[in-house]
Amino acid sequence: MDLTTLTIKELSEKLRKKETSSVEATKAYLKRIEETEGKVHAFVTITPDDALAMAEAADKRIAAGQAAPLTGIPIALKDIFCTKGVRTTCSSKILENFVPPYDATVARKLKEAGAVILGKNNMDEFAMGSSTENSAFHKTLNPWALDRVPGGSSGGSAAAVAAGECAASMGTDTGGSIRQPASCCGVVGLKPTYGRVSRFGMIAFASSLDQAGPLTRSVEDAAIVLQAIAGHDKSDSTSIDTPVPDYLAGIGKGVKGLKVGIPKEYFIEGMDPDVESAIRKALDVLKGLGAELVEVTLPHTQYAVAVYYLVATAEASSNLARYDGVKYGLRVNQTGGLLDMYKRTRDAGFGDEVKRRIMLGTYSLSAGYYDAYYKKAAEVRTLIKNDFDEAFKACDIIATPTAPSAAFKIGERVEDPLTMYLSDIFTISCNLAGIPGISVPCGFTKDNLPVGLQLLGKSLDEETVLRAAYSYEQAGGWLGRRPTL
Amino acid sequence: MSIDKKDVLHVADLARLALTDKEIDLYTAQLQRILGYVEKLSELDTKGVEPTTYTVPLKTAFREDEAKESLSREDALWNAPEEDRGCFKVPQIIE
Repeated sequence: MDLTTLTIKELSEKLRKKETSSVEATKAYLKRIEETEGKVHAFVTITPDDALAMAEAADKRIAAGQAAPLTGIPIALKDIFCTKGVRTTCSSKILENFVPPYDATVARKLKEAGAVILGKNNMDEFAMGSSTENSAFHKTLNPWALDRVPGGSSGGSAAAVAAGECAASMGTDTGGSIRQPASCCGVVGLKPTYGRVSRFGMIAFASSLDQAGPLTRSVEDAAIVLQAIAGHDKSDSTSIDTPVPDYLAGIGKGVKGLKVGIPKEYFIEGMDPDVESAIRKALDVLKGLGAELVEVTLPHTQYAVAVYYLVATAEASSNLARYDGVKYGLRVNQTGGLLDMYKRTRDAGFGDEVKRRIMLGTYSLSAGYYDAYYKKAAEVRTLIKNDFDEAFKACDIIATPTAPSAAFKIGERVEDPLTMYLSDIFTISCNLAGIPGISVPCGFTKDNLPVGLQLLGKSLDEETVLRAAYSYEQAGGWLGRRPTL
Repeated sequence: MSIDKKDVLHVADLARLALTDKEIDLYTAQLQRILGYVEKLSELDTKGVEPTTYTVPLKTAFREDEAKESLSREDALWNAPEEDRGCFKVPQIIE
């Protein structure tokens, strides 16, 4: 029995029935990491000793009959979540040796649930990118095709889950950074409603867009992880203070009579024909299950990428001002005084994409340009949000491709930032509107690369998103696929 | 609107980045292209449209002013690049 192929649900049942132990499962995952990490490079830091100690504690808890659904389950975290005493780099040189003195709320909640943390996953530096090629440390490769990117920015998380290096990983999604890599790596990726999960201790990129969520092997597992991390947090004033529903309760209710909106703006010229055909087949499956497909329109879709790259970079330029070499992180001091230290530290510590975004954000917020760029973008953001409000009057959920193409080749888009930005064309609007979205595997291209179906829901309606994704997953026939490594 | 080398130098100064000459040339070209792309927003008439800065209603989060434990000095200084007698040390500011 290879424990690393099981879903959280399956492993959790085995643990409860004492058919295996968390220590045994953790050892199996550490062995799998040893075997596959040399090919995939999904981790920045692996913490075997801490993991085994957590597994022993989990086994005691299970023996005492106090197990929660995640107790004893080996998982990983994107290296953007602060972990007390464990290096947290955001895949940046500026934080290469940063050891947080506290846990992010997400990390704390997962630890309290008894999850075993195997290590920290690689990512695009400061979550800026769509391919994980912007990591300051190394590139992560797609387990389905080692000459291709895993997507990004949570590419290490998606690759690790796909390769069987962890049962689940926590990612973050600012413009698609959970859903797009999930789609590229053939796993499930859920971005909850903005504010559903606390951002405390999650290193900030764009504060009005950032949201944490799970990457898992099944939709049910995504619901299990969301259950453990969702809820209001006094340490994050933007976290939503409404009760957290039971995400598993209605997951199997089916989609009979559910109105699925198909936005015509998401079926564009230039989309990979294999992707389009997989999505059309997935829609047929939903229809076969009794869902009603209705055409909807999101007329401002074509402006979303422009809005996003103004709003996100403006927020980033302000958030990243904190890296000044004074209290933590890299310091480059050649005794040219304080200002010189700031400038040299930041130039040496940040990678190319991060600097480019700080520059763009600083420019659009600077005197004389604010109205034309940032304010204009914030106004168009309202129009994009209104599009969704209008569309959801005619449907319960919206179905689209997660990305216009499957995973692209390493190096293919690094020279041209704008083309890279357009990889996120189908995922960005969801963040601008603050609504929940999921990517669920829906087939493969002719080159055997995974394709993802994206389902977007109304604000705080993760239940319908999960129910529709679960129904599709059960009928679609793609559950349990694993790349050969 | 277009961005030239002089703007890039000004913005780099505002952003506290000591860019190399190569970086300045690269960013000038790339930012020109990106700004050219976002220019398409000007097609839209947004007169009377309220800007969205957050998608959740924000209200000031009040709490009781209670004394509680915070980071110890040792923990706070744990990651300090340089420290001296329990303080963060920086280059001399006043001559």
